[in-house]
Amino acid sequence: MSETWIILGATSSMAKAFARSVSEQGHGVLLAGRDMDDLKRSAADCVVYGARVGEALKFDARKPANFGAIVKRAKAEEGMINVAVFVGSMPPQDEIDADPNLIEGTVTDSFTGPAMFLQSIASEMELRGGGCVVGVGSVAGDRGRIGNYVYGAAKAGFATYLSGLRNRLTRSGGHVVTVKPGFVDTGMTWGIEGMFLVATPEKVAADILKAVAKKRNVIYTPFFWRYIMLIIRSIPEFIFKKMSI
Amino acid sequence: MRWKTADYSGWGRVHTATGELARPERVSALEAILDESPAPAIGMCRSYGDASLNDGGRAIDMTRMMRVLGFDEDTGILEVEGGCQIGELARLFAPRGWLPAVMPGTGFATVAGCIANDVHGKNHHGIGSFGQHVVSMTLLNGKAKQVIGPKRNAALFKATVGGLGQTGVIVSAKLQMIPCKGDVMMVTERRIEGWDDFLEALDNSKATYSVGWIDATAKGDALGRGILEEGETGAGLIPKPKKSKSVLFNAPSFALSKPVVRLFNKLYYGRVPKAGRTSVKPISDFFFPLDAIHDWNRLYGKRGFHQFQCVMPIEQADALREMLVKIASSGMASPLAVLKRMGAGRAGYMSFPMEGYTLAVDFPNRAGAEALIHMLEEMTLHAGGRLYLAKDALATGRRLKPMYKEHTKYVAEVAKADPDGHFTTDIIRRLDLRSET
Repeated sequence: MSETWIILGATSSMAKAFARSVSEQGHGVLLAGRDMDDLKRSAADCVVYGARVGEALKFDARKPANFGAIVKRAKAEEGMINVAVFVGSMPPQDEIDADPNLIEGTVTDSFTGPAMFLQSIASEMELRGGGCVVGVGSVAGDRGRIGNYVYGAAKAGFATYLSGLRNRLTRSGGHVVTVKPGFVDTGMTWGIEGMFLVATPEKVAADILKAVAKKRNVIYTPFFWRYIMLIIRSIPEFIFKKMSI
Repeated sequence: MRWKTADYSGWGRVHTATGELARPERVSALEAILDESPAPAIGMCRSYGDASLNDGGRAIDMTRMMRVLGFDEDTGILEVEGGCQIGELARLFAPRGWLPAVMPGTGFATVAGCIANDVHGKNHHGIGSFGQHVVSMTLLNGKAKQVIGPKRNAALFKATVGGLGQTGVIVSAKLQMIPCKGDVMMVTERRIEGWDDFLEALDNSKATYSVGWIDATAKGDALGRGILEEGETGAGLIPKPKKSKSVLFNAPSFALSKPVVRLFNKLYYGRVPKAGRTSVKPISDFFFPLDAIHDWNRLYGKRGFHQFQCVMPIEQADALREMLVKIASSGMASPLAVLKRMGAGRAGYMSFPMEGYTLAVDFPNRAGAEALIHMLEEMTLHAGGRLYLAKDALATGRRLKPMYKEHTKYVAEVAKADPDGHFTTDIIRRLDLRSET
């Protein structure tokens, strides 16, 4: 059946790998983000890889006024509409400590922006009786840590939102996959100290596709992060508060 | 852009570098880097020596700029970003009836790397070098973006093809692909009993793709024995290529000791029946046989290895034979030794190919290997042959520059394109390639 994927934050390397994979399956891709030149190059790539449609669209999580145009473009395609959210921003915690105003942008990029977009397309998905939402969060959202708790809080909020959206879309045949990647070798993590067990964007994309096909609810990628986070979550708060991991 | 301090090495792992790397994922990020802190571009670091190294300096890792920008099914012209890997292009396009015109021995090589080394493939005798199939490319240098081609700023093009990245960063390129019958190879393997037979067989081969494996440990009457592989593309159904394996640890040094290599080569030679055989293989098995074993360079242990590769003019076949005698009697060669007939096709001032025979032999990096390779380099120079910059790790500028007749033109173009030497790498410094003498 014909499907169209809206990919938000399509300039990220994880999103690029994911867009290529769904293109190879012949689906349409609408690549949404800020760097139009880059998106156009990726759209061309997707078409050569087999995408039925490949287009670049303007998306800025902080400018909800533009969301309507993307929704409208997606509605023009027949068949199921899917959305994959790869947006988010992670300013270093010390910069946020110095300038609390940065919290607003972080939360908008990582949570409220994509949530508002999903909210504005959910009714169309319900109308079409299906579709899939992939929300990429982070293991950072599983527990607040000294190193990046604002980003973590935003991703936690997004995960809770996705859980609610799943509850809603299930009723009309839709599905929501919450993805929690561990460390991924992207531009965001390039050159940051202390990375370990780093996964490639291609590996994450493959895991997401598998989760979509199997209608999984929450996945960790690579899988072992489920167990790492299980351990981290089960540390009692009175100990955890003194740790810096 | 964040810079990451990293240790990296050439494929032979003899030369290493420590320096800061940036890895842009978009053109805008690359432009910003070149504006602020211009540095040489590197790809998958499949050059054996130091062509992809900038020890103590910065380099730009281009492996994330790897998109396909367009393909014209009528003309077979493909536009790609420089970081695209050849093996991926073969995987994607062979089922549609197209292949990159030239494919090097590893599918992990990037398009920009193939251009910067003007690589050749198993069909060089028929179709020429990689650079001869580059329709145009976009070169970024500081703030200047230029589209160059064989007829568009031809001198800069010739200094860029085979030019080891000294004229700027290859952002994207248009390549003329060639039609193929499908993504399957029909491969004929024949035993060749000795040196003279091998040259004759290579000269007489009518195959589109041909390559000779040579037993570089065989002496006396068996000198130059080996296996000639000839291939044609075809259509058919075969099982998918096997999943690749990885070499996880450095091998101990006895793994490639003399008796082990002699035994391996004997078995490898005997693997092909006396009467020869024809089989059907996945395309990647034929073109990129070693890619199935990730990090196979670790088999040479932590000291690494050298690959010596030269090309000798046809009339100097005897000098090449003499080299093989020296190699065989040294007992230092590894099983990886290749003999190929080469055509005249080349596209850059510093391109390797010339009409003749090319010999490539791996040597584990151990006592005596350097001296032997220096001797082979001298023999190459005296015979009017040439050393391959993508493989070289030991030569000196004095020996190498006379082999490249257009080197002075290269020097002039590079001086114009990069007067401040921002793109200088370790190989350029070692061979002093930016000065005429």
